[in-house]
Amino acid sequence: MQGNIASAEGALAAGCTFFGGYPITPSTEVAEHMAARMPKIKGACFIQMEDEIASMAAIIGAAWTGARSMTATSGPGFSLMMENIGYAVMTETPCVIVNIQRGGPSTGQPTMAAQGDMMQVKFGSHGDYSIIALAPSSVQECFDLTAKAFNLADRFRTPVFLMADEVIGHMREKIEIPDSVEIVRPKTLAEGALPFAPGPDGVPGFAAFGTGRHIPVTGLTHDERGYPDTTNPARHESLVRRLISKIEDARHDIADYAIVNEEAEYVFVCYGAPVRTVREVVERFRIPDTGYLQLRIVWPFPEDLLSRFPKVKAFIVPEMNLGMMAREIERHVSVPVIPVSKIGGDLHTPEELVEAVRVAGGLL
Amino acid sequence: MRDDWFREDRLPHIYCAGCGNGTIMNCVLEAVERTGWDQKKTIFVSGIGCSSRAPGYILTDSLHTTHGRAIAFATGVKMANPSLHVVVFTGDGDLAAIGGNHFIHACRRNIDITVVCMNNHIYGMTGGQGSPTTPIGKTSTTTPYGADEAPFDLAELAIAAGANYVARWTSFHVKQLTESVLTGLNTPGFSLIEVRCQCPTSYGRRNKYREPVDYMTYLKSHAVLKEKWERTAAPGAELPADSFLVGEFVRRQRPVMGVPDEA
Ligand SMILES: Cc1ncc(C[n+]2csc(CCOP(=O)(O)OP(=O)(O)O)c2C)c(N)n1
Ligand code: SF4
Repeated sequence: MQGNIASAEGALAAGCTFFGGYPITPSTEVAEHMAARMPKIKGACFIQMEDEIASMAAIIGAAWTGARSMTATSGPGFSLMMENIGYAVMTETPCVIVNIQRGGPSTGQPTMAAQGDMMQVKFGSHGDYSIIALAPSSVQECFDLTAKAFNLADRFRTPVFLMADEVIGHMREKIEIPDSVEIVRPKTLAEGALPFAPGPDGVPGFAAFGTGRHIPVTGLTHDERGYPDTTNPARHESLVRRLISKIEDARHDIADYAIVNEEAEYVFVCYGAPVRTVREVVERFRIPDTGYLQLRIVWPFPEDLLSRFPKVKAFIVPEMNLGMMAREIERHVSVPVIPVSKIGGDLHTPEELVEAVRVAGGLL
Repeated sequence: MRDDWFREDRLPHIYCAGCGNGTIMNCVLEAVERTGWDQKKTIFVSGIGCSSRAPGYILTDSLHTTHGRAIAFATGVKMANPSLHVVVFTGDGDLAAIGGNHFIHACRRNIDITVVCMNNHIYGMTGGQGSPTTPIGKTSTTTPYGADEAPFDLAELAIAAGANYVARWTSFHVKQLTESVLTGLNTPGFSLIEVRCQCPTSYGRRNKYREPVDYMTYLKSHAVLKEKWERTAAPGAELPADSFLVGEFVRRQRPVMGVPDEA
């Protein structure tokens, strides 16, 4: 099965009943597969919107009816979605956005892989906010993590992103499709509770449109009733800080990762397609003293995982961008962080990573 | 204002004294009430602008979204749950400038929503810039020497793009407007009701309609009833300068989207 198809199937397994999208390489197969599958599922809707701005808007509207909703896109489309992504954050709308990354800036390399949107996903919309982003490194993970994305979206009432890339999206691998996947729906809004009053975990209960709760949803700074209150500094600060902390405070709990060889001196930190080369180098070539940390969730950034390597002399970060997450890692550690950046669409070769270990050893 | 549909605790509202938006809201709520729809199942959606603040004052579930995108959000609501009734409030800038693409595509899809455009010919909320419906020669903060781009005719645009129901009234035509909204609500498919209305603060002040009633008088005297015009005008005659047609322009039954199965 192809990665993009696995992602679509993962969504359907999780009960996704609304897909709004606009075709763009290399994500198109996700939409095409949904277009083929959804009309045969009772109550499900596939709609090809007029652009990505509309797609993002439509999935938010659908989410408020209680539907599990999703879109899929790539670089230029992702940029167009940014304003409404901020709206989803501010209105605490659970939804899933699949981004099959390609080379940028601009239309760049439509058919080549990249990891160039890793900072845009977190900082691309305006204002301060936090989101959850997952990064699959295999077709199986495309399925599993897409299904998981819906649970995280519902639990934290936030947009959740599947940050795959062209290689993973178009790769074909055998996968195991479970009979059913775990489904966690949002907490329901308690009788008499205000629609934007947070529970102990910082997340308000959810009531779908049509259930009689008369919820005014606005992207403006609002109080717990949902009423605009745009000029009160304290109101704005407490709302925005809550939106961030409901996710950041749970980052240990949200984290999803693999650690190999905690005793390593040279530790690769990786996500997405480069994980495959790292695994080759560490597990198959058995280069001495190396280990790795694979992040299946990149945002919120699980910085405490970096302290799981007591003997580390350097972190080596292979990315298909010019060092986006490497900089994030650098913020949290006191040992050298060595980015192994590669853009243009090709994956890292094992030799390049072995060389990086050698250079790291020489540097120290 | 209809008490049971109104959020009393949101008062005072943001509208300027003499603004046409209040009248239009009232007409729409009157029409919605007459459909007999369940308040629980009626959803109001809007973008950004003075006009788009309307849903915030109504006691239902509502979505106050991003500038220009109301119809795209409404499409998601309606397609995900066709049993909900979806009404969109929008301004001329919201609908025809930034949201123009969503507007024509929703007409093409003929999705079952009703869009009420409060057309004050200007950007009210941002303080009086030109919009795609500012008439030629009229002044705004971005057309200080008079607009020199031809305006859109929103109703014609909706008809050409495929909407099932299209009508135009003014904030003066309270009864006709209410009837038209009611027809729009009851017509499956996309309905556009364009309402030309006064904005004394941003449009009136710059265009010699300083008092709300001045613009109302203009609307009343320059609105030409479509039926009457068709009955009385010489074939091929042009409308008098500055005049515009009001009435029901289209009521038809093209294929629609978003209508519940059992209907
Ligand atoms: C993307 C974006 N661009 C610009 C704005 C600023 N803005 C807010 S309201 C508005 C114009 C509203 O005009 P109109 O739709 O005619 O509504 P009115 O206020 O006249 O009712 C604009 C440009 C915005 N909020 N978002
Ligand atoms: S600026 Fe114009 S449209 Fe806005 S509330 Fe005032 S009168 Fe109404």
